Amino acid sequence: MSAYDNVLAARSTKKLTSLDYINALFGDSFIELHGDRNFADDKAVVGGVGMLNDIPVTVIGLEKGRNTKERMERNFGAAHPEGYRKALRLMKQAEKFHRPILCFVDTSGAFCGIGAEERGQGHAIATNLMEMMALKTPILSVFIGEGGSGGAIALAVADEVWMMENAVYSVISPEGCASILWKDSSKAAEAAECLKMTAKDLFNLGVIERILREPTAGDQKMFESMKLLICRTFEKNLAVSGEELARLRYNRFRKIGQQ
Amino acid sequence: MDLFTFIKPKNELEQGDDTTVNKPYVPDEMWVKCPDCGTLLLTTDIEENFHVCSKCNHHFRVGSRKRIDMVCDKDTFKELDADFVSKNIIDFPGYDEKLESSKRRSGEKDSVVCGTCKIDGIETVIISMTADFMMGSMGTVTGDKITRAFEYATENGLPVIAFTVSGGARMQEGILSLMQMAKTSGAVKLHSDAGLLYITVLTDPTSGGVTASFAMEGDIILAEPGALIAFAGPRVIEQTIRQKLPKDFQTAEFLQEKGFVDKVIDRRYLKETLSKLLKIHNYTEVQ
Ligand SMILES: [Zn+2]
Repeated sequence: MSAYDNVLAARSTKKLTSLDYINALFGDSFIELHGDRNFADDKAVVGGVGMLNDIPVTVIGLEKGRNTKERMERNFGAAHPEGYRKALRLMKQAEKFHRPILCFVDTSGAFCGIGAEERGQGHAIATNLMEMMALKTPILSVFIGEGGSGGAIALAVADEVWMMENAVYSVISPEGCASILWKDSSKAAEAAECLKMTAKDLFNLGVIERILREPTAGDQKMFESMKLLICRTFEKNLAVSGEELARLRYNRFRKIGQQ
Repeated sequence: MDLFTFIKPKNELEQGDDTTVNKPYVPDEMWVKCPDCGTLLLTTDIEENFHVCSKCNHHFRVGSRKRIDMVCDKDTFKELDADFVSKNIIDFPGYDEKLESSKRRSGEKDSVVCGTCKIDGIETVIISMTADFMMGSMGTVTGDKITRAFEYATENGLPVIAFTVSGGARMQEGILSLMQMAKTSGAVKLHSDAGLLYITVLTDPTSGGVTASFAMEGDIILAEPGALIAFAGPRVIEQTIRQKLPKDFQTAEFLQEKGFVDKVIDRRYLKETLSKLLKIHNYTEVQ
């Protein structure tokens, strides 16, 4: 499969969304919590609390929606500043109760629009990056589809970052890259290759820790093994002090591109 | 001014580093035409006036070293990590050539210059970006230099002043450039948790991954008049929502109005404002 085929697979509307994963992993224990306590409830971000086996967890996901109606409501997973602020509110709450945080990333990017700019899209993302780096509780981010630039990393300053085998993560979309560099968006396939945005590329670059086999809807056995893997990681990190976790998290990013 | 002329000079946001409008003035030309009011200005007059149009107050872009000269006490600047050079780490086509031409054009090794200096005798760490080097885009060297400047400030109990100008993350370094957003933010956080002051001065244009990281993380955020400050550039937004943008959208003044900039500050009063702020935060003159 070419890098661009991989991009198209990551964008496929047949792909499982954050809510699919949340429902499969948390079942009835999931309780959704809404709003950023400041402006609104951004439906491109779902968040809440639930039990992962016997571990209480805060779970947050960028949600694209599972049908046309949902996709409209959820703005195709493109969050506004209030979405990122809701995510940070829930993460701070998790830190207070020393709950691990599980983030699912699936977005073409943070929303580009008038309201998003007026309400400080850049500021909202920047604040998440800064605050997540210092959170004194375990954080794990899992990329399940598209990982579009600043809108994705705003939920991915984590102790570990995992990717589904067909997920992608990039600084810019291949179409955007091709149109800026070569003034020709039809060269997207070439750009996808150059950007090194597949799970395998990112693993080789030392940006992610693990590549996961992708579960299919209803394959509960695969979700169970995924759940076990997540629980094991949380148990390991819950045994580490909050200060140490934050220090290790900073070092994780500190070494990327270190001169 | 109609919408088109407002957008036009400022739509080279996404690393279009061949921008020809609002470029820093060229010293060997005697006259420069102000892009805002059209007045012909003597380059020597502009120089004396902090590169600001005496007629309409237009702030010309200045390079990173010029910027440092404008606010630092004479001969107090000492550069940190001056020898760091960007490399084509993911083997991106055309990037080597682009780095070479940017080095020639700017005389710099990357898009940021960091160091220590004194402002009215007060020691501070200074971070100064330049649009001349790949439109101020943030690559791994940029991110690493900024991170190390913050770490130096934290270790030595110094404040940080950062002048930003950037088209965003540098796509030729792929995901590694995106990671610099988190890295610099982590360094800002450690500096902040140590109780130290961080002032950002946003200059034209500041956008993308720099806006969404250290540019917006200052304790105090200042901005130059008329500067374009954005997450997504106006052209990208117009293409996304297919409608025209309001007048003065994403200017420094607009951001102050919306609550994301503390103060729009004329360059001619910048040094005295920075000096006052440092003193208010109990930083004192050192010999
Ligand atoms: Zn003028």
